[in-house]
Amino acid sequence: MEEGIFLQVKKVTKSYGGITAIREMSFDLGKGEILGLIGPNGSGKTTLVNLMTGFVRPDSGEVFFNQRRISGLPPHKIADLGVTRTFQIMRPYHSLPAYKNLIVPLNSPRIKRSRGGKLGDKDNVAIDLLEEIGFERDAYVPYKMASSLPLGYLKRLELARCLALKPEVIICDEIFSGLSMAEISTMIPVIEKLQMEGMAIMMIEHRLRELFKLVNRVIVMNFGEKLAEGAPEEVMARPDVREAYLGTEETTC
Amino acid sequence: MLGGMESSENLRSSARERRKERLDRGIKVRTEGLYALSSWREMGYLLFPRLLFILGLLLAPLLLDMYWQRVLCQAGIYAILALGFDFLAEYVGLVCLGGAFFIGSGAYFSGLLSAQMGWSPFLTIPLATVAGAIVSTVVLFPCLRLRGIYFAIVSFMFPLLTIYIIIALNIFGGTEGMSALATFPNVWVDQYLILGMVVLSLFVMRRLVNEDFGLILRAIKDNDQAVKASGLSITAYKTKAVFIAALMGCFGGAYLSHLYGWIGISQFAMDFSILPIAGAVMGGMGTLVGPVLGAFILTPMSEALRGFGQLRVVLYCLILIGFIVYKPEGLMNTLQRKYHQFEHWEEV
Repeated sequence: MEEGIFLQVKKVTKSYGGITAIREMSFDLGKGEILGLIGPNGSGKTTLVNLMTGFVRPDSGEVFFNQRRISGLPPHKIADLGVTRTFQIMRPYHSLPAYKNLIVPLNSPRIKRSRGGKLGDKDNVAIDLLEEIGFERDAYVPYKMASSLPLGYLKRLELARCLALKPEVIICDEIFSGLSMAEISTMIPVIEKLQMEGMAIMMIEHRLRELFKLVNRVIVMNFGEKLAEGAPEEVMARPDVREAYLGTEETTC
Repeated sequence: MLGGMESSENLRSSARERRKERLDRGIKVRTEGLYALSSWREMGYLLFPRLLFILGLLLAPLLLDMYWQRVLCQAGIYAILALGFDFLAEYVGLVCLGGAFFIGSGAYFSGLLSAQMGWSPFLTIPLATVAGAIVSTVVLFPCLRLRGIYFAIVSFMFPLLTIYIIIALNIFGGTEGMSALATFPNVWVDQYLILGMVVLSLFVMRRLVNEDFGLILRAIKDNDQAVKASGLSITAYKTKAVFIAALMGCFGGAYLSHLYGWIGISQFAMDFSILPIAGAVMGGMGTLVGPVLGAFILTPMSEALRGFGQLRVVLYCLILIGFIVYKPEGLMNTLQRKYHQFEHWEEV
């Protein structure tokens, strides 16, 4: 395998009944790279994430991480190796306060290994992490029940839950959707910092303008297949991509 | 100045709107942290209801006659089952109707060890508790992927299945069961063994659900997908949780076999699956102590209604329905609120 490639998806296919949700998708993700994944609704983006993180098993094809085959492993094993994801439909542990949500990943075998059994005060670690990602400690936001948090904080909590695991690959499923410009602009530096630290990030987004500020490569999906791949401007200039997003002349009229 | 306006308003609409306003007592807020330890008054506020419950439980045998002492022992068994049910249902999200399986396997292990080996109950009970819990966990293990009602139905099937296996193969004494097993030396051991265990398991469970282990279980109930994505095996955690609940149930069963010196297929009967749930509903799900309280009310009540003969079940159901309709939050939640809050009517 080539140097620098971290996560590799090879000819992954998944169909449900007669419908092929993903057809022979292949792409690579490098260390310290932010890759964008875009496509119209129903094009199979979330299914692809599910396939990569073990929530759904591919019918054929393979996923490799660090030269190791991860397709076929259960989700918690894949997360244990350092490939984690956010969920598009956020369901925090609503019966717990926000910072206690992070106690779950902090108890994972991965974290226990990395700290050599010495964990210190997990509550403090959790609150520090939340503060880093924009939960105002002074306003006691980390202590609020997760069920009472507004959307912006929920999205950040979702990201924080992944970060608590100290992952190497993080797949963000629409973490900007539904957020205001101000909220997004507070999250962008967080993601840029992760990239600087060498984390491989894949972002599924419908907020293209914000996404393109972050990524240098995007993949466009349509009907479960890769339609285009390349630099954002160059991909969006392609007529077939515009067609997939906006429809053709005939269909729009 | 507003008074005049208000009274004229009142005159106009004789049926005034009222609502109940509830305010937390200051002492409740103060005693939520460790600060409570700084004054006797505040410590007393916290200790009073707890001591009332524990002492009430421990003093009860002294005030009862032989018959009601037995009822108390049975109530203790149901209380432990109800506690296990509440733990699994509210903290793990597994609605387990297999209480009878826990009781039955604990009872049969203990009974067989006692009959075959002739060991004392104090040896057979711990052994049967662990062995029964292992068997129960192994049996329920394949069903742990199921959630909600599906898990409930499958877990409900196991005790019934075991009854038919015992009858069909005519093993462990078949339909007759096995009698003349060792019993406890005296009635006080009867009483305090189970009551002590109720208090102990309540204490342990309260601690457990607030530890990281308990938090992870609650997280699994809220969103198991996110727990998986956090690198934790939910099956491992669910298995441990079922084992803990099974330990409690199997202790109850092992104890039951020596209380009567008898084992039989009725120890796999539906009562052990259903009554604890009724207790949990009545006492307040999710409070842990509520289901225990519920079991200690329902079991004696069911005995007291014995005088009504067959109508007993009808009355029993009516009382339960009454609770579900008028106090759906359960006894314990109501009591807790009354203890912690002022209530007064306010006109709107």
